[in-house]
Amino acid sequence: MAISQPVQRPSGPVTAPAPPRGRRRKDDTALALLFIAPAFLGFAVFLAWPTLRGIWLSFTEFNLLTPARFVGADNYLRMVQDPVFWNAMVVTLQYVVINIGLQTVLALLIAVLMQRLTQSSLVRGLVLTPYLVSNVVAALVFFWILDTQLGVGNQIIAGLGLERIPFLADEAWVIPTIAVINVWRHVGYTALLIFAGLQAIPPTMYEAAKVDGASEIKMFFRITLPLLRPIMALVLIMTIIGSFQVFDTVAVTTQGGPVNASRVLQYYIYDMAFGRFQFGYASALSVGLLVVLMVVTVIQYRLTRAGSSDLA
Amino acid sequence: MSARPTPRRRRLAAALATLPVLVAASGCGGDQGAGDAQVIDYWLWDSSQQPGYEQCAQAFEAENPGLDVRITQSGWDDYWSRLTAGFIADQAPDVFTNHLTKYPQFVDLQVLLPLDELEATADLDPADYQPGLAELWQGQDGHQYGSPKDWDTVGLFYDRAVLEEAGLSPDDLADLEWNPRDGGTFEQVIAHLSVDANGVRGDEPGFDKENVEVFGLGASGSGGDNFGQTQWSPFTGSLPTWTATETNPWGSEFNFDDPAFQETLEWYYGLAEKGYMPRYDTFGPSSDSYQQFAAGRAALALNGSWMISSFASVEGVELGVAPTPIGPSGQRASMYNGLADSVTRFADDPEAAARWVEFLGGTTCQDIIGESGVVFPATPSGTEKSIQARSEAGIDVSAFTDHIEDETTFLFPVTEHGADITALLQPAMDAVYIGSEPASSLTEVNEQVNRLFDYG
Repeated sequence: MAISQPVQRPSGPVTAPAPPRGRRRKDDTALALLFIAPAFLGFAVFLAWPTLRGIWLSFTEFNLLTPARFVGADNYLRMVQDPVFWNAMVVTLQYVVINIGLQTVLALLIAVLMQRLTQSSLVRGLVLTPYLVSNVVAALVFFWILDTQLGVGNQIIAGLGLERIPFLADEAWVIPTIAVINVWRHVGYTALLIFAGLQAIPPTMYEAAKVDGASEIKMFFRITLPLLRPIMALVLIMTIIGSFQVFDTVAVTTQGGPVNASRVLQYYIYDMAFGRFQFGYASALSVGLLVVLMVVTVIQYRLTRAGSSDLA
Repeated sequence: MSARPTPRRRRLAAALATLPVLVAASGCGGDQGAGDAQVIDYWLWDSSQQPGYEQCAQAFEAENPGLDVRITQSGWDDYWSRLTAGFIADQAPDVFTNHLTKYPQFVDLQVLLPLDELEATADLDPADYQPGLAELWQGQDGHQYGSPKDWDTVGLFYDRAVLEEAGLSPDDLADLEWNPRDGGTFEQVIAHLSVDANGVRGDEPGFDKENVEVFGLGASGSGGDNFGQTQWSPFTGSLPTWTATETNPWGSEFNFDDPAFQETLEWYYGLAEKGYMPRYDTFGPSSDSYQQFAAGRAALALNGSWMISSFASVEGVELGVAPTPIGPSGQRASMYNGLADSVTRFADDPEAAARWVEFLGGTTCQDIIGESGVVFPATPSGTEKSIQARSEAGIDVSAFTDHIEDETTFLFPVTEHGADITALLQPAMDAVYIGSEPASSLTEVNEQVNRLFDYG
């Protein structure tokens, strides 16, 4: 395997200059490789190889059970002309915008409240509880809560004399509903990440601001938000990537419907592969998603200057 | 259900059904070491049929010492994903219950063994079964890929008490007629059976169609995933000339662009606009006509014969079944669907697997299944036993069986590209049901479906 190459390289410059007084410095390369090997192996087997194979399969017609057949760029041509793919792209983007927008604002609010208002670890723990529920369970529970006829949610709405809302059965409602379900589940975790970032802001800054007579709101915009930038950038990159991959909530509640209103990209890929046995085309769609995510991440990284901090 | 609960509606049930399956599977694992007998793995999705097949397995094992049948049941959705995973991972069962929407793809994937090449099933005789059932399982290559096990038709389930309250008798439902213009006596009846929150009936002035308490006719989604089997197929099936494909099985030309078909769908989904049938979003995708009936929200439920025992078990209901209405063709119509058992190429011992398949389709097992009264077995004698069992339980099933005697059935469309067709039809028909697209939009979808066959 490729391991033999790195063995040479690091040891080169180390051994080149003459060791002082004939005492050889101990070479750690072998030990380092030993430590790196498990992670490298995992990366190679579970990430690098499947990715490469996926890219290869995207150029084939493959049903998983009979041998793959090379078809060139056919799958990509089909992708560009596939209205359901473009629809899935739009639906996914809608989801990401609603999900990330709402989640980030709420998480920031919760994190700041946790830092500025309470020291109670019980409250901090409670904020995290929805995250302990598995995605599928959360989706199922909301599926029943929001059921048009039987759901507690809709019975309350009807009890208030309002018209029942077909949250998961109406084309206009379905994506916002799924986005909010996932905000409910993830917001505590995101808040916790931001909260950790807040802890890194020196309290002296707030003290100084207070002495100068700044209000809480002013301190939030002048101190908290600017100093949170690196951690917010990280949080955004992570949550946006996660958000693009929305699948389980859709699979449990709507399976892409009504019509194609909730057919997000990841669900379309899944259905194409495991429902329709078109693994080649599904691989091309996955590569499409990969490219989109890479572009989004690079843009974000640039925009938010995630690599540098204003604190130092 | 011997068949076809539509995937999405069964998903929850499937998720819940996994638990006992896991328990059962782990239990089976323990038993395995007990003897040296060769194990035949058999999978099915209908839990209500499992007891019957357990009995068949016992009888089979008594006749075939050295062979052990291990039955695994999982809900509809899980069933097909597990089967797919099994094919990929070489962990598929030896024998499994197969469905007409799925098997052409399995033939393409080369995971089924032709039964005519296995000793025990080589002389499978179509004449042993109800007419047409065995032929459905003949591939385009002429090989037999399934041994018929049961059949089903559809009918209108009702509660006698609900009819009485509406001043109707079962006789009033016996000869209903429908047409796509005014819906005929069928529409009059479901209008009368619809009741709004103020107790006003659908055919009375002042009926509030936005606030319907009981719908005259229950709904099970748009039917885009099963050719309208329990939705619109009895209506489109009783048009003078319309058929889903130009020939069946193995048609390659769909007729969803036919104006008569589209007019019928417009009328059928239009019932929801009139308040006689739930709208797409009234109950949401989780609900079907059985659940609406059981909850007292639907007076008539168009559903399949595989649901008889489920309907019969609804508390406080005096169950009756009316035949599907007579259409413009002058006749009734019902889709006629049948399941079969298939042997996979992963079978440890294909010949032993074939012997189990032969037994499943043989008189002994078919009669056991008939006596259990859950589905109609594929053999005439099994069917007879099943009818007897139901009539002893006080249920008249002639609404289902008359279709066979009167030859008013049409076969479930068997074609290639089943999954791709569903992927196109489901959203398209949902849109027509919702009302966001006219039925004429199906013309374009029909072209897309037909194109699947052009590219092979």
